[in-house]
Amino acid sequence: MAKAAIDVKTVADDDEFRGTFHVYEPYRAGLPRNFSGYLKELWRRREFMNEMTRANVRANQLDTLFGRLWNVINPLLMGLVYLLLVLILARGATIPNYFVYLLAGLFIFDVLETSMSQGAKSVTSAGKMVTNTAFPKALLPLSAVRGALAELWPSLIVLVVAALVFGVRPQLTWLLTIPILVLLTVFCAGLAMLVATMQVYFRDTRSFLPYFMRLWFFASPVLWAADQLPKSGDFLRYLNPMFDFVATWSDAIVYGEWPNPQVWLVMSGWALVALILGGYVFLSRERDFAVRI
Amino acid sequence: MTYRTTFEKRPTLKDSLRRVGRGERVVREVEALKNVSFDLPRSRVLGIVGNNGAGKTTLVRAMSGILPPTEGRIEIRGRVSTLLALGVGFNTKLSGYENIMLGGLAVGYSRAEVEEKTDEIAEWTELGDFLDMPMTTYSSGMSARLAFAVAVHMEPDILIVDEALSTGDASFKAKAHEKMNSLLAEAHTMVLVSHALATVEELCTDAIWLEKGELKMYGPPGEVIEAYNASTGVDPAAVTTMQDF
Repeated sequence: MAKAAIDVKTVADDDEFRGTFHVYEPYRAGLPRNFSGYLKELWRRREFMNEMTRANVRANQLDTLFGRLWNVINPLLMGLVYLLLVLILARGATIPNYFVYLLAGLFIFDVLETSMSQGAKSVTSAGKMVTNTAFPKALLPLSAVRGALAELWPSLIVLVVAALVFGVRPQLTWLLTIPILVLLTVFCAGLAMLVATMQVYFRDTRSFLPYFMRLWFFASPVLWAADQLPKSGDFLRYLNPMFDFVATWSDAIVYGEWPNPQVWLVMSGWALVALILGGYVFLSRERDFAVRI
Repeated sequence: MTYRTTFEKRPTLKDSLRRVGRGERVVREVEALKNVSFDLPRSRVLGIVGNNGAGKTTLVRAMSGILPPTEGRIEIRGRVSTLLALGVGFNTKLSGYENIMLGGLAVGYSRAEVEEKTDEIAEWTELGDFLDMPMTTYSSGMSARLAFAVAVHMEPDILIVDEALSTGDASFKAKAHEKMNSLLAEAHTMVLVSHALATVEELCTDAIWLEKGELKMYGPPGEVIEAYNASTGVDPAAVTTMQDF
């Protein structure tokens, strides 16, 4: 066994999934021992994540008549349904360019909603893959977030067309959508990992989630505008992480408004908190997943 | 390559989240493996036999790094490819080709590497046009062919196969044996969980008999199987004929 000891040293930087020397010792909870190795492996396997996303999209559209057209039909229908709802309730009529404003908010909120719902089932529905293969399981919820982003692109085309039709001209502030999306992606990734872990231990998560998301949706400035918020609702500005994401996004797209610089700090803060919380919960529990699926 | 599985148990198969009555949780601990310890040198073939629920699958999962042990230490030298419990089972709505890609990427190969191997895998499965069809249209034997082909073509140093050959037809079994023999010739190591005792006796150089999570015997396959058969009280001749099914 003396020789073995030497080997261990030379391959010490081997990570837990690849490489040729593995030592498995008891550790159910806690972060991966070789954290940077874990992240490296996560990055190295991003192809798998992409393929997983594509595979899920393809599988979902397999039996449908419209197939990929659903990427465009979905956002349009969603916009029309809410437009109808709001016209009946006749509240939003005071917001200029209401339809475009509504679409913008709907689409960005949908990124969060899809990340959460797909993320929640990402680990539990991977089933055999989790019980049969050793791989960084964080790829599963991350692939759900990637899927949510992939769904956004066709929606954005719808949005741009609608904007042009309703007389919103392209402007420099449209570029702000990129950093907003980057921060939102980080935020969603954190939450997706969190709900994925919750779902493994508590299968009721997915049943609660739609109602929770509805509530969150109404608490975010999608159907209403941020400046319509009554004084009594002011707490939403501080407690709802999506408030700034949605408001900044919609204002930048529809009204060409530059946000208050401190908004970036707030959004980065939320994104970081979500990522650290979700990442910690997921990575420290993931080795226990195989026995719970 | 050495496996040193020392004093390992798994009390984690918790039958959890079975919420009874007022949201109580039923948590049961199962000690799937107790005090199992052995070494397996390079280019040997280890057969694991035992009754249902003896801990065979838990043992190979622990060896593949899927389940960390609750106690003890497992050392693995070499790249492991696993083929556990019936089918890779990625996405049955996708075609065979897409599943090959997904399977290869999951194990950690790059897209280019998997593409390179795809033809070889496809040819080996002899599934032809079926590879373009969704896996829902496959029979269990066909899925087993695909899963086996993916696992063995990943150039593992150690191949772990858990009862994955049982649904195959005769020609597949013959092919699988041939492939495993050629892997062996290249000094690969294999671990085989099987209820087909004749297969274990024929292919393996070592055998382990697990009973209720404990290592009952470790030795040459002939002796281990004889002892195992004696303990179950089943006539070996009857078992042999059953294997033809």
